Amino acid sequence: MITKSSLYRKERLYGYLFILPPILGLLIFVLFPFLYSLYGSFTDWDGLGQMNFIGLANFKDLLTDDLFYKAMFNTFYLMLGIPIGLLLALLLAMGLNRKIPGTTTFRVIYYIPVISSLAAVSIMWNWAYNGDYGLVNQFLDLFGIEGPNWLANKDTVKPALIIMTVWKGLGYTMLLYLAALQSVSRTYYEAAELDGANGFQIFRNITWPMVKPVTFFLVVTNIIGGSQIFTEMNIMTPTGGPEYSSASIVFYIWQKAFSNLQMGYASAMAMILGIFIFVITLVQFKMNEKSAYDGD
Amino acid sequence: MSYSQKRKLTNTIIFIVLAIGAVAMIAPLIWMLSTSVKEKQDVFALPPVWIPEVFQFGKYKEIWEAGPLLSGIKNSLIVAISVTVVGTFTSSIAAFAFAKLRFPHKNKLFLALLASMMIPYPTVMIPQFIMFSKLGWVDTLLPLIVPGLFGNVVMIFFLRQYLLSVPDAIIEAAKIDGSSYFRLYSSITFPLIKPAIAAQLILWFMGIWNDYLAPIIYLNSPEKQTLQLVIANFNATYAIQTDYPLIMAASIVALLPVLIIFLIFQKQIIESVAISGVKG
Repeated sequence: MITKSSLYRKERLYGYLFILPPILGLLIFVLFPFLYSLYGSFTDWDGLGQMNFIGLANFKDLLTDDLFYKAMFNTFYLMLGIPIGLLLALLLAMGLNRKIPGTTTFRVIYYIPVISSLAAVSIMWNWAYNGDYGLVNQFLDLFGIEGPNWLANKDTVKPALIIMTVWKGLGYTMLLYLAALQSVSRTYYEAAELDGANGFQIFRNITWPMVKPVTFFLVVTNIIGGSQIFTEMNIMTPTGGPEYSSASIVFYIWQKAFSNLQMGYASAMAMILGIFIFVITLVQFKMNEKSAYDGD
Repeated sequence: MSYSQKRKLTNTIIFIVLAIGAVAMIAPLIWMLSTSVKEKQDVFALPPVWIPEVFQFGKYKEIWEAGPLLSGIKNSLIVAISVTVVGTFTSSIAAFAFAKLRFPHKNKLFLALLASMMIPYPTVMIPQFIMFSKLGWVDTLLPLIVPGLFGNVVMIFFLRQYLLSVPDAIIEAAKIDGSSYFRLYSSITFPLIKPAIAAQLILWFMGIWNDYLAPIIYLNSPEKQTLQLVIANFNATYAIQTDYPLIMAASIVALLPVLIIFLIFQKQIIESVAISGVKG
C-alpha cells in the first residue's frame, strides 16, 4: 500500500525532474554568462588571453567614447517610432472594432509584416530606399517630390529606419489594441451615446482608460525590443551608416566584441544595456502588481 | 442625415482608410514579389512597373546556384525543428509540473525563471560565445540548438497559465488510479492543452526561423549558415551587380515558409498573440 508520505515524496521527485531542464538552462545559458559578463566588464578581456582586472576603466572609457554616445543616441532616437506606431495602431484598431466588412482580411494583411523575416524585409527596404530607383522615391515622385538617398544621408537614415520599424510592428500593436477594445463591453458605448457624448469624449473617457494597460505593456515591451535593435542596421547600413548615424547600441557591442575582440569593453556596454532593460522590466512588474489591486 | 446613415458613412470612410493602410502594408512585399519576376530593365523603370509584361521566373532557378540557399534552408530547418520539438516537450512538461504538482519552492523557482527574462540576449551573448568556442562549437549549429532544448520561458509561462484553468480534480482522480506522473502529463494534460501548445510552437518556430543575431555570431562558413544569413549575403554580394530580381527571389524564398504557416494557422496565431499581450 502506498502511504501518503511516499506519494508526496514521489510527487516531489517528479516535480523537480520535470522542471530540471529549464532550471538548468537558466543556470547555464543565462545566469552563469550574466555573471561572467559582469566580471568581464571590469577586465581587459579580449576573448583569447588572460583577463586582467582593470576596475572601472571600461566604464570610464565609455564616458569619452563618441561612438558609444552616438550609438546610444541613435538607439533612443529610433524609439520615436514607438509613439507613432502606438497612435496609428490604436486608430486602426478602433476602425477595425466597428462592424465593417473584411475585418479578418485586414487583420491578416496588417499582420503579415510582423511575421515576415526581419532580414528579408530589411533587404527589401534597403532597395525601397534606393535614391534613384527605390519604391519610396518613385512614390514621392508622383507628387513631384524628389526624395533623398535615404540610407546614405545622415539626416534621413534614422527617419527611414523609423518608418520601416513602424511598418513592421504596426500589425502586432494593432492586434493587441483590438483584443483590448473587444473586451470592452458595448454597453458603455451605448450608454455614452445615449447621453449624447461626442466621439472625442467617448474616446477620452471610455476607450483610452480601457486600453491604458495595453498601452503600458506595449510601451514597455517596445522599449525593451527597441533597445536591442540590430538586424536592420546590420543589413541596411553594414558600416553603421554615414558618420555612424544608424548604429545602435547592440550594433556597437557586436562590432566591438566580434570584430575588434574588445570583449571586456563590449561587456561593459552590454551591462549598461542590461541594467536599462532590467529597470524598464521592473517598472512593468511593479505597475502590473498595482493594476492587479486596482481590480480592472 | 439620420443616425444610421451617419454611421454608415463613417463606416465607409473607415473602410476606405483601412483599405489604403492595407495597401501600404502589403505594397512593399508585392513589389518584392514583382521585382523577383522582372527583367533587369524593368527593375529600374520609371514610373514603376508593378506587373511586368513577361514574367521571368528564371531567377527562381538561378538562386539555387548563386548561393548556398538549399543548405541555408536545410540548416534553418534543422535548428528550428530540433529546438521546437524537444523544447516544446521540455517546456510543456515543466509547465505541467509548475501548474499541477506539489513540491517545495515551486513558486520561487518559477519566479526565478520569469526573472531570467529580464536578462536580454545581447547581455549574455559574449560569454555564451566564449563558452561555445571553448567547446569547439563555433561554426556549427549546436550553439543555436542546444540552449533551446532546455525550454522556453515564455512558453512555460503561457502553458502554465492555461493549465491553471484545467480542474485539479481530473489530475487527482488519475493520481488515485495509480497513473505515473509521466502518464498524467502525456495522456491527460498534453491532449488538453494541445491547441495552446500548437500556437506557441508555431510562434517559436517563426522566431527561430527569422532569427539573425545569434546565427551571425556563430556561423561563418557559407554552407553552415542559416537561411537568413544566406539571403543577407545575397544582398551584400549581388547588390553591387544590381541584380535585384535575384536578391528579391531569394528573399521571397526565405519569407515563404512562415508566410504559408501563418496563412494556414492565422486564426490560432492571432488569438494566441492577442491573449498573451492583453494578459500582459
